[in-house]
Amino acid sequence: MGKNKVISVETAMSYIQDGCSVMIPGFVGTGAPDTLMRAMIRSGKRHLEVISNNAGTERVGIGELIHEGMVDLIHCCHIGRNPEAVKLAVEGSLKVDFNPMGTLAERIRCGGAGLGGVLVKTGLGTMVEEGKQIIEVNGESWLLETPLHADIALIHAWKADRFGNLQFRHTANNFNEVMATAADIVLVEAEVIVSVGDIVPDDVVIPGFMVTGVIQRDVDFMHL
Amino acid sequence: MDSRERIARRCAGLLNDGEVINLGIGIPSLVAKYLPKDIDVWLQVENGAIGTAGVVEKNDPLWDKDLTDASGNHIRLKTGGATMDITDAFVVIRGNHLDVTVLGAFQVDEKGNLCNWAVPGQIIVGMGGAMDLAIGAKKVIVAAEHCINGIPKIKKKCDLPLTGEGIVDYIVTELCMIEVTPDGLVLRELSSETTLEEVLEKTEANLIIPEQIGILEDNCIMS
Repeated sequence: MGKNKVISVETAMSYIQDGCSVMIPGFVGTGAPDTLMRAMIRSGKRHLEVISNNAGTERVGIGELIHEGMVDLIHCCHIGRNPEAVKLAVEGSLKVDFNPMGTLAERIRCGGAGLGGVLVKTGLGTMVEEGKQIIEVNGESWLLETPLHADIALIHAWKADRFGNLQFRHTANNFNEVMATAADIVLVEAEVIVSVGDIVPDDVVIPGFMVTGVIQRDVDFMHL
Repeated sequence: MDSRERIARRCAGLLNDGEVINLGIGIPSLVAKYLPKDIDVWLQVENGAIGTAGVVEKNDPLWDKDLTDASGNHIRLKTGGATMDITDAFVVIRGNHLDVTVLGAFQVDEKGNLCNWAVPGQIIVGMGGAMDLAIGAKKVIVAAEHCINGIPKIKKKCDLPLTGEGIVDYIVTELCMIEVTPDGLVLRELSSETTLEEVLEKTEANLIIPEQIGILEDNCIMS
C-alpha cells in the first residue's frame, strides 16, 4: 500500500528552513500552492530563493511572499503583473534572474531528470546568452543552459492518494509536474485526498514515492 | 475601424487552414476575434492548452477553475482540444510545431530583429515565452502600431534588448504590411487610409518598394 504521506501543515512547514530554495508552480494563479504559501508566510521563513514562472500579483500568492520581504532571489520568466516586484527589482532589493519560459521548464526538467544541462536556440543573440557557454553541434550554435534543482517544491495537485500518487487537471498542471521531480522535499496540497488505488495507474503523473508529504488544500482562492 | 482592429484583422488574413497559432498579449490577442470562419485553426497557449475558443465569464456554465490562458483568463476549449504541462507546451513552441506566432513589438529592424521585452531604465518585466516563440514558430508576424509617441518602431537597427535575431517574417501596422526578406523589408501593402509618403516618413528602415503594392484593407478579415 505504501507509507501514508498525509501530514499536518506544521510538519510540512518544519521541512522549510530560512535561506532554502523553493520551487513554486502556478501560472497567473492557476495551479498555485496557495495553502502552503499562506502557511509559509505565517511561519515567517526568510531569505528564500524562489523558482517560479512569475512573481504573482501585488500582495497575492508569490506577490505576498515578496511583499513580506521573504524572498531574496527569484528565478522566473516574467514579473510584469506585480508592480511592487518590478519596483523592488529596479531598486535592487529583489534579485531577479530572468529565464525564457521554455528554458526555465527544461532547466527544471534537467534538475529532476539527472541531466547536466540542455542546449537551446532560445536567447541566442540576446542578453540571455551573456555569461553562458555556446556549444557547436554539427556546425550549429547552441546555448548551454544548466539544471535547476531546489530544496523544496510546493505542489498543487487535483488529487492525491494517501501514498502520494498525484493527478493534475488541465492548465492547473503547468509547472507542477516538472517541479515535483526536481526538489529534495516535495510538499503537496491536494484538492481531494483519496484512498490508495483510487487514481488508476494511467492517471498517476507523479508516483507517491517521490512525494514527501500531502496536506488538504484549504483555500477558496479566486485567482486574478 | 480603429488602428488596433485594422492590424488584428489584417493579421487574421495571413492565417491558413489547419494552422496552429500562438497569439501574444496586446494587439496580437485581438486576432482571436477575427479568425476567418472558412478555415480551421488551433490556438495554442503557452501555459498548456491547444484549441482555445474564447474567454468565459464566471457565471458561464462552461467556466472551469483549471482552464485558463496565459493571461489568466478562464477559457473554453473547442471540441478536440488538448491540455498539457509546461514542458509539453514548449515542445510545441520550441520544437517548431507551431505554424504561426503573432507578437507585439517595441522595435523591429531591416534584418528582422525583434525587441519586445525590455526598455532599459523603464520596463524590465521579463521575456516570458516571447523568446521561445520568436525562434520556434515557423512564421513570426509582428502586429504593432507604426509609431510610438511619434517615434518609428521600424528601425534601421534595433537598439533595445533583443527578443530574437532575424526571426520576423511579416510586419503588420495600421499603415502597411511588410514582408521581411533576405534582401530587406519589402512594402507589400498600403492601407487605403495612408500614402506611400507618410509610410516612408514614419519608417526609419529602408523599404524596398515593389512595382505592385496591394491595399491592406483588401486582405483584412471583415466578418
